[in-house]
Amino acid sequence: MTRMDIVEIKKIVPETPSIKTFYFNYDLDYVPGQFVMVWVPGVDEVPMSLSFDKDLKAITVRKIGEGTEALHGLDVGDRIGIRGPYGKGYELEGERVLAVVGGIGGASILPAVTKAVFKGQEVICALGARTLNELLFYDRFKELSEVHVATDDGSAGYHGFVTDIMEDLLKDIDLVITCGPELMMKRVFKIADNHDIPVQASLERYMKCGIGLCGSCVVDGLRVCVEGPVLKTEELRKLKEFGEYHRSPSGRKVSLKRPKLSY
Amino acid sequence: MVHLKTNLAGLTFEPPLILASGIMGQTAGSLEKMIEMGMGGVVTKSVGSDSREGHPNPSIVDVETGILNAMGLPNPGIDEFCKELGKFIPNKPIIGSVYASNTDHFVGLSKKMEDHGVSAVELNLSCPHAEGYGASVGSDVGLVRDIVENVVKNVDVPVFPKLPPMSDMVTISQVVEDAGAHGIVAINTVKSMAINYETGRPVLGNLYGGYSGPGIKPIGLRCVFDVYKSVDIPVIGCGGVTTGRDALEYFMAGSSALQLGSSIYYRGLDAAEKISSEMIELLDQEGYGSLDEIIGLAHQ
Repeated sequence: MTRMDIVEIKKIVPETPSIKTFYFNYDLDYVPGQFVMVWVPGVDEVPMSLSFDKDLKAITVRKIGEGTEALHGLDVGDRIGIRGPYGKGYELEGERVLAVVGGIGGASILPAVTKAVFKGQEVICALGARTLNELLFYDRFKELSEVHVATDDGSAGYHGFVTDIMEDLLKDIDLVITCGPELMMKRVFKIADNHDIPVQASLERYMKCGIGLCGSCVVDGLRVCVEGPVLKTEELRKLKEFGEYHRSPSGRKVSLKRPKLSY
Repeated sequence: MVHLKTNLAGLTFEPPLILASGIMGQTAGSLEKMIEMGMGGVVTKSVGSDSREGHPNPSIVDVETGILNAMGLPNPGIDEFCKELGKFIPNKPIIGSVYASNTDHFVGLSKKMEDHGVSAVELNLSCPHAEGYGASVGSDVGLVRDIVENVVKNVDVPVFPKLPPMSDMVTISQVVEDAGAHGIVAINTVKSMAINYETGRPVLGNLYGGYSGPGIKPIGLRCVFDVYKSVDIPVIGCGGVTTGRDALEYFMAGSSALQLGSSIYYRGLDAAEKISSEMIELLDQEGYGSLDEIIGLAHQ
């Protein structure tokens, strides 16, 4: 690790009305699913997985808070800080992989799918989004794999949740990888587990240090920033908090049950 | 083979390596994990009367010789925290850390910790990056005396003030001993900052942070040395203990037990286990028959 490096933004691509991709040069040994801490000088530091990990690296950011909003306000030539990569990524085993993606989760999954295809694995992607406009990386996934789409409002693909179309795609699947809202991933886990198919899910928690010290991101004693963010079936099965609640910055439990399954 | 065990203020620490406050101390699950991974005791995250979100990120910077952090005392407040601990009673001592800006709150928090079943209370008089708390309180000797006296009067469990590094450790140590403290924890992190030359900006969201890790070991050793020679109550050493060798040196300065924080980052979750076996190896190698033989040895 683990000193922070300053990089210059080389290119910015708007992906959807709420999502932009920021490209930069940064030398690092990255396993898809890992994350970096991104410093917006003077504003905040946020954990992000890389959406592109080839020569140019990139983060794909949805505007959801102060830090991500500040990122959206940056221009080509502006500088941000990067430290990492941290945590464990996807371990792409088996011959046939199903990727179940919700919304911005595509940012973490895209390099994993790219790597799997490059390794010779066959990949099927099930992409979920609120609406057609917010469907992330459809063309990219389509270039690499067989793609199925579900939207909440029916503006593209199946009208409903991506978990509804997942069951039909499980035939001969050796591994399910998933990233998206936690309630979606919990459902993905249950469906795949019922079919005895191993799952790797990328968890998200409020993070402060990112290096396993502060305990902000702990889920049942597991540090999402070190033992995660990608957790496997055996770990997921033991978690009592998975799909149940998050923690606020103060460490208070916040139920996940109330909100929508949406992305 | 030397058996690593300390009795201190009526508590047994085996090994005498305790998880420091602020590290993996926010949830019952993480505290339990740290005991599983070899800690002889754990200190909770510092808890106050009301919930606090802590400082904006970045809240940590790696500076090669150590780590700066400015978490800013994030915690859900004492009532929520006790709920979080729930029925969790570990088989090793659990020390409840509390912070406040006045005596009444310190007393109230300590009583709640005691009611919840903690083995001891640690008074945070030393966090260097939370305005109005921690070191701001610890630098006021009169206030420190009042807080310690009143907490000791109101709880039955041992009370350990955690002190900041100061140029004069003697006065404050004698004050807390006179006030009835059962032991002294020294030191907390050292107030510091990091600036990034490429952007010309301070890195930490809070500007100031607390320096921990290998770089502060000489500072901690000196403070423990000074505290040990000034008082009769036991000293729990803290500050950059990363290896068995560091630990031995801290015992020789006068520690009866040690706290580990940043070493979790440098050595992993099982830092206590690794440091314990290194200590045993070194003690055997140097021909010591027990840990007691080396406590304060540097004062010969």
